[in-house]
Amino acid sequence: MINVGLNHFLIVSGILFSLGLYAVVTRKNAVMVLMGIELILNAANINFIAFSKFGNLGLTGQVTALFVIVLAAAEAAIALAIVLNIYKTFNNVNVDEIDHLKD
Amino acid sequence: MNLYDLIFYLFAAVTLLSAAVVVSSKNIIYSAFSLVLTFFGVAGLYILLGADFIGVVQILVYVGGIMILLLFGVMLTNKITSVDIRTGTVNVLPSAIAIGVFMGLVTSIMIWTKWVSFPTETPLTTTNELGKLLITEYVLIFELLAILLLVALIGAASIARRDKE
Repeated sequence: MINVGLNHFLIVSGILFSLGLYAVVTRKNAVMVLMGIELILNAANINFIAFSKFGNLGLTGQVTALFVIVLAAAEAAIALAIVLNIYKTFNNVNVDEIDHLKD
Repeated sequence: MNLYDLIFYLFAAVTLLSAAVVVSSKNIIYSAFSLVLTFFGVAGLYILLGADFIGVVQILVYVGGIMILLLFGVMLTNKITSVDIRTGTVNVLPSAIAIGVFMGLVTSIMIWTKWVSFPTETPLTTTNELGKLLITEYVLIFELLAILLLVALIGAASIARRDKE
């Protein structure tokens, strides 16, 4: 078995991205969709840090990963506020039933 | 197979298995708590890649902050005492097929591409260099992110505020 290199981290990140995408596509609950988005952002971060280590690029990838974490925190706060408002208005948070703009 | 590989496979297994539980569990509380395990596994992978500061920030921000926010979201938007907190799914079969194809595509690209990798010497701790980069080369993005966080938190508080009347 070959030593763990760049490929292994990229494969883990690819599978994590696919799982997050699956959660975003199939789940009804808006909070579950948010969890899928967090999985996708984590997969992207693994890619940034792996390329930063194996590509001889210094710490630039790590700085970018730090920025992604900050953006994820802001996004989670805003999205949960919106979800709470949806719940107050429609009394559920199923994203397939919030379609009043179609009428 | 040395110790580094063994630890990598351990953390990768923890990450992927708990992520699979997150996307497949019917109970949203189980999903939320196995998401904590996923974040710990990803933090372990960061530290294996030599990014110790990012790993600690991952645990602090994700496990300490975002998970609490998500759990608040679950608790505030489900009538736990009256209705069961199972969550439904839509379009399971077509999306499972499509995302299976996508996963195979991405994984085979990752495997078959000839990545050029340079063996580099990462410094033992990265906190010092990261701090220097943040206040020299990336100072504009750093300040913009600070403003963005402030705006986002004020916006979230004012959106979620309960009306007086």
